[in-house]
Amino acid sequence: MKYDLVIVGGGPAGLAAAIAAKDNGIDSILIIERDRELGGILNQCIHNGFGLHTFKEELTGPEYASRFIAQVEERGIEYKLNTMVMDIANDKTVTAMNATDGMFTIEAKAVILAMGCRERSRGALNIPGYRPAGIFSAGTAQRLVNIEGYMPGRRVVILGSGDIGLIMARRMTLEGAKVLAVAELMPYSGGLKRNIVQCLDDFDIPLYLSHTVVDIQGKERVEGITIAEVGPDRKPIPGSEIHYDCDTLLLSCGLLPENELSKTAGVELSPITSGPVVNDSLETNIEGVFACGNVLHVHDLVDFVSQEATNAGKNAAKYIKEGKQDASKEVKILPVDGVRYTVPTTVRPEVMDDTLTVRFRVGQVFKNCAIATYFGDELISKRKRPVMAPGEMEQVILKKSQLAEYPDIENITIKIEEA
Amino acid sequence: METRDLICIGCPLGCSLKVTLENGEVTEVVGNTCPNGEKYAKKECTNPTRIVTSSVRVKGGKINMVSCKTKEDIPKGMIFDICKAMENVVVDAPVAIGDVVLADVCGTGVDVIATKNIEAK
Repeated sequence: MKYDLVIVGGGPAGLAAAIAAKDNGIDSILIIERDRELGGILNQCIHNGFGLHTFKEELTGPEYASRFIAQVEERGIEYKLNTMVMDIANDKTVTAMNATDGMFTIEAKAVILAMGCRERSRGALNIPGYRPAGIFSAGTAQRLVNIEGYMPGRRVVILGSGDIGLIMARRMTLEGAKVLAVAELMPYSGGLKRNIVQCLDDFDIPLYLSHTVVDIQGKERVEGITIAEVGPDRKPIPGSEIHYDCDTLLLSCGLLPENELSKTAGVELSPITSGPVVNDSLETNIEGVFACGNVLHVHDLVDFVSQEATNAGKNAAKYIKEGKQDASKEVKILPVDGVRYTVPTTVRPEVMDDTLTVRFRVGQVFKNCAIATYFGDELISKRKRPVMAPGEMEQVILKKSQLAEYPDIENITIKIEEA
Repeated sequence: METRDLICIGCPLGCSLKVTLENGEVTEVVGNTCPNGEKYAKKECTNPTRIVTSSVRVKGGKINMVSCKTKEDIPKGMIFDICKAMENVVVDAPVAIGDVVLADVCGTGVDVIATKNIEAK
């Protein structure tokens, strides 16, 4: 099998990338999706709040997905469902399998990685206690309740205040469960403020910051959970324990880009984002292999995933048509002083688009600070931000015209400064 | 004069709003970045409302549940009544986005509509 472009993953990133590639002149495209339908995780995100940037209206996850699925169908873009990619070789040969075609390989001119992310599991969290039934990741519970139609439990404690955990606190409450508490290890929430308001405050669900689960009771089924306050060293403080009789523990403790395929392909990964290291065209260290969406770095807003994926699709199309872009120079973008990482990590001033959105996260909560951008040693822009938190992605927009005025710089630095 | 601190839930930006009220009337809203923030603040202080989203069972569909929402926002105090009313609703496949799943839920005059297309089996 031969395709110009293979897109691994049919979620929001894969769909937007496919549409952009098609609109930029590529007809031979295959999207490979492991689930039974396109749309990815949006299908289980039945709450509203999606698409305000993209469509200027407030949609639910399935509605947002359906707009992109409709565009894929209209354009006649091919896709395979229930199909698992097993391997991506560095020559862009993709090996996949499903129940009807068996194992097959595809030679692609370009590949877009759009596999998304997965939740941090109990095993990765080192929570002591037995291993009874009743412990779910928040996303698993979300799928059970919203798509499969099952209730995971009746009395619930949630560890982690990521957005999915907050959304599930409300969802379980509306379905008749009692959500007793949300415990968050860090002194700040990992979720969006609006979700704390409308998912916890609206229902008087307590949020305990600087708290973690120290014991899980029950042998067959969860019977109780003990949480305790943690000190600045994140170790439990004896005597601060709170016990809850409950049958369910949901975990919402962070998302990890799913890069097993990228790794075996030889894609260089960032130790901070766990996603590929990419340049301004979202191309990885392997020529013709691009990445976008949550496989690249975990986003808060699907609108930004769609924007990023549109660029990846456009750039992949350009690569297929014109081959590698020659650039004599690659400028590094350095994250320092509170900026944890940037995506992309390099920019090539000669071949970049007119503007480049650099996205990043901060490492702690900052109040009344500013995002400063330096070309070499020279301060180029400083933008005030009343509040910045690790749970909310920030951005800086670089202009090609502005970079052209600084032909000699080797680095761009983005940092947090006092306002 | 009374002031209230709110966080706008209009979009994921989550602007911090400061609302000034006089005799129960909103006189000033600051901190919003768009007109929706002012609208939200006024409503939240006088008549708080929410969109309710849920999912209901489907008969004869490729997937057993269809997600749905109240077409417009409903009074915040009625959220649980509305969820209760949706509990035993079953719709027949196929279902298209926008199909009415439950008309005039709890006498609010607002329909509950499907938010996902479900093909028949």
